[in-house]
Amino acid sequence: MKNKNILLSHLKIAGIVTEKAKVLDLGCGDGDLMYLLEQNKKVNAQGVEISEDAIYKCVEKGLCVMHSDIDGALDSYLDNTFDFVILSDSLQQVKRIDEVLKQCLRISKNVIVSFPNFAHISLRFNLFFGGRAPVTKCLPSKWNDTPNIRFLSIKDFEIFCKERNYKIIEKAFITNSKYCHILPNLFAQQAIFVITK
Amino acid sequence: MLKDSVGIVQTKYFTFENLVLENGQSLQQVTIAYETYGTLNEKKNNAILITHAFTGDAHCAGYHEGDKKPGWWDTMIGPGKAFDTNKYFVIASNVLGGCAGTTGPASKNPATGIEYGTDFPAITISDMVKAQKKLVEFFGIEKLFSVAGGSMGGMQVLQWTMDYPEFIYSAIPIAATLRSTPQQIAFNEVGRQSIMGDVAWKKGHYYGGNEPDKGLAVARMLGHITYMSDYSMQKKFPVKSPEPNENFDFNADFEVEEYLRYRGSSFVKRFDANSYLYLSKAIDYFDVQKDNFLPEEKHLDIKFLVISFKSDWLYPPYQSENIVKYIKMKNQEVTYCNIYSTYGHDAFLLEVKDETRLVSNFLDKLYNEVFGSEK
Repeated sequence: MKNKNILLSHLKIAGIVTEKAKVLDLGCGDGDLMYLLEQNKKVNAQGVEISEDAIYKCVEKGLCVMHSDIDGALDSYLDNTFDFVILSDSLQQVKRIDEVLKQCLRISKNVIVSFPNFAHISLRFNLFFGGRAPVTKCLPSKWNDTPNIRFLSIKDFEIFCKERNYKIIEKAFITNSKYCHILPNLFAQQAIFVITK
Repeated sequence: MLKDSVGIVQTKYFTFENLVLENGQSLQQVTIAYETYGTLNEKKNNAILITHAFTGDAHCAGYHEGDKKPGWWDTMIGPGKAFDTNKYFVIASNVLGGCAGTTGPASKNPATGIEYGTDFPAITISDMVKAQKKLVEFFGIEKLFSVAGGSMGGMQVLQWTMDYPEFIYSAIPIAATLRSTPQQIAFNEVGRQSIMGDVAWKKGHYYGGNEPDKGLAVARMLGHITYMSDYSMQKKFPVKSPEPNENFDFNADFEVEEYLRYRGSSFVKRFDANSYLYLSKAIDYFDVQKDNFLPEEKHLDIKFLVISFKSDWLYPPYQSENIVKYIKMKNQEVTYCNIYSTYGHDAFLLEVKDETRLVSNFLDKLYNEVFGSEK
């Protein structure tokens, strides 16, 4: 079952993306977000996905999807091909983060990233008192079978953008499927950022 | 007859005059063997052209009267199948230079009354497509709903998008490439040398006498190896080591040897050696990458479905990824799937379930786009 924070993050992203925009969804999974965007915002969406099973599900939804890893999917696009490139819950699985974000900002005006905050209080608690790699409702996989290879916090991402002069033009934080406004790095489970050059 | 079959079908023939070829030569008269399944609608915009692989023919679905075996892509074409004949009018034809009813080196030259043999002009994938366009126009079709095919059929699909982009809504190249690679050309060359090294070949003028069956059979044996995979061969022929004995005589001791010999000898009954030479050359010459694949056209609008197979080492997935890369550069919509399969290049004929999921949903979406507003 889909994590409820992800559902709200999809709605948030659908609010950010403009009507009829050209969108690239990196790590689009079963295509739920692309489908939502096509239905609500009449966008022209193209997905990239590594799982063959997910490809069939996307095609069944009538979506346009390419079977590829994220790292290898970007270099052939011309500059400014898209209005939005989206990394929805996939940033934490990308190998070459710097290179991928650089490419995203080359081929698109805006880049939307949505990722789980690894500094959320429950994770800190888990690690500090339990002494084990945290397993929570939002991050249910154990250390040995998690698809995530990057463990970043909201603060980490903000510093990352500042160091590279990427402008954060919008941000939103989610906890227990509600927006979170207080001390997000401590209390938010999911973060959404819109960045631009 | 099964209810998802197109039933009993017949090969038909269409003849036209004067086809100017890519190399400047021309053919006075060309006959194309073709079959159709389903019904062409009033607006004539529901037609799908199926293009066949190297040694294929026009008979890709249903049964010829008295036959037990259906056409070569019957699993994919029929009522409710991937290419749904309840919705689409499917056209399949034998390629120019072939030997299953379409004009080729085994046809009689109208100027001399005898078979062309190697006097037949060199043909290219582009020439094949040009001839197909004549056939499609003969039906009064102004735009094809889709063009689909695997291997050399995929090359024809790509050539269609290059030569007549305004003539197609969508394209489905399967297990194909933008250009032949040295490895592919090398295998074809060994096949050709095998044919041309057969004394019966007689520089291509063997009709009416002994034919170069031995050379053609060996070419086919080699071809077959390249269509399979290490894994699929191990599965098909579990090694049973024969005991050496005093009657040793280089006979087919292993199952795989027997299989290849059988495949070779049955192939020569249905295929012409000169066609093998001409078509393999057309494959070798194929290169739409040099022309910077996809024409520079403002209004270019073709929807692509590109399919490859993980274990295909003759047309490896990276070649399909390259097709996708060029499509992306031209800003066209593309769906790509590298299907997990252990069958090698042959997978495009065998991975029916996965291909069906991709093709039928891809076409459905397009069908709704094109016909949705008409309903």
